[in-house]
Amino acid sequence: MEDVVIAGAGLSRFGRTEHTSGREHAVTAARAALADAGIPWARVGAAFGGSDAAGLADTLVARLGLTGVPFVNVKNGCATGGSAVLSAVNAIRGGMADVVLAVGFDKHPRGAFDPMPADWGLDDAYGRDGLMVTTQFFGMKIQRYMHEYGISARTLALVAEKAYRNGSRNPNAWRRTPLTAAEILASGPVNDPLTRYMFCSPGEGAAALVLCSPAAAREFGSTPVTVRAAVVRTRRFGSFEVFSPSLAGGELTSVSRDAAAAAFAAAGVAPADVDVCQLQDTESGAEVMHLAECGFCADGEQEKLIADGATEIGGALPVNTDGGCIANGEPIGASGLRQICEVVQQLRGRAAGRQVPGEPRIGFTHVYGAPGVSACTVLSVGGRR
Amino acid sequence: MPALVGSRCAGCAVTVYPADPSCPRCGEGTSAVTLSIRGSLWTWTVQRYAPKSPPYVAPPAGFRPFAVAYVELPEQVRIAAVVDTTDLDSLRIGGPVRIEATGGVPRATPIEEA
Repeated sequence: MEDVVIAGAGLSRFGRTEHTSGREHAVTAARAALADAGIPWARVGAAFGGSDAAGLADTLVARLGLTGVPFVNVKNGCATGGSAVLSAVNAIRGGMADVVLAVGFDKHPRGAFDPMPADWGLDDAYGRDGLMVTTQFFGMKIQRYMHEYGISARTLALVAEKAYRNGSRNPNAWRRTPLTAAEILASGPVNDPLTRYMFCSPGEGAAALVLCSPAAAREFGSTPVTVRAAVVRTRRFGSFEVFSPSLAGGELTSVSRDAAAAAFAAAGVAPADVDVCQLQDTESGAEVMHLAECGFCADGEQEKLIADGATEIGGALPVNTDGGCIANGEPIGASGLRQICEVVQQLRGRAAGRQVPGEPRIGFTHVYGAPGVSACTVLSVGGRR
Repeated sequence: MPALVGSRCAGCAVTVYPADPSCPRCGEGTSAVTLSIRGSLWTWTVQRYAPKSPPYVAPPAGFRPFAVAYVELPEQVRIAAVVDTTDLDSLRIGGPVRIEATGGVPRATPIEEA
């Protein structure tokens, strides 16, 4: 199959504002990606994008320019960005266009993500009795994992400490104040064993990519990053998901494990080849578990890897170099594309202030979300190895 | 209080709660099955802050932190439940509990080791 490359990547400022709409974030990110690629909007032959709660992406044409471009709305929860990239890759491979925009954006109020039972096909009692709380799921999943594989609460705190430290080195991050592991452990329990500062917050922001054929990239002259794989998967039977009145007994399945394995197989690389990666870190425990689910270590090895600094910038496998969701917040539609934007900058050697040393060549991104969806990409620069 | 009633797949023996007319694994039809009353804590957490109302309805005496858990049953299924205990610090994975149907969600109570 023909390669597809990323010629431009752009972000809006992540965080929470009074007056900036989700669509305004999206326009900012799209223009930044176009400027990064060095092309005008009129050169874009197709576009895919969406948000979870901030409106339809195709309305952006009114701000970007009414060029007649086919613009497909994507609404796929946490995999919105990943699905937009997958659609863009297929559009280029299928000959629909040689230059495609993928954009994701969102704007969530404080305390978002409190759904009603009926929307999930559940009895009202689950809401009335206090079980419709997303953070309970995260607490219970990592609690079981810690019990089975010997992960300590201190490791959870170290993950968040790294997120804020990396965020402090990223001018676009929301949370830019470093916090110590002790402060994170003492920040107050939310759902045991997770404390307040171990969680990301619903926020706002946008991310966009210009994807194109290799021929088009040569015309533009920017440093292209190759999309070696873009994969979206939904859960199989036996996984542990939020708002489940019951779970299957036995070994858990994992949609992240499935999506990551498929992405590595399609890319023809192994997890050990990855120089920099982004893993879904809705809270600290998620990053710990996703290290294993995505194939970067065996279950339980995280305890030593994280203590030894392996996941730090400068470690053997830098994870969430921009501070991840914990430092950037989670605008659902934008998160997956933010991850890719960060890896693109790392692979180009342009992540000023937080650049992974040693000229990283292969990157990986992973999102996971309710109710059991995952999107992964493998990216590379400088040709295949 | 009565035992929980779930459903079991005629084809692959997968058990789910609440009862579902079709199996989530294979799509075959199911029949009702009465679940065990005794199980063990598979995982748990404590809800430290009051959930958003609606949908949450705090008890008449007001919100107090409470435990929630998945209870593992011999039928190869783990059930989400509120845990009724006054000693949140005593919760341990593997600890034995009794789990029963109520007017609301399933409720579990820690019991003495057998």
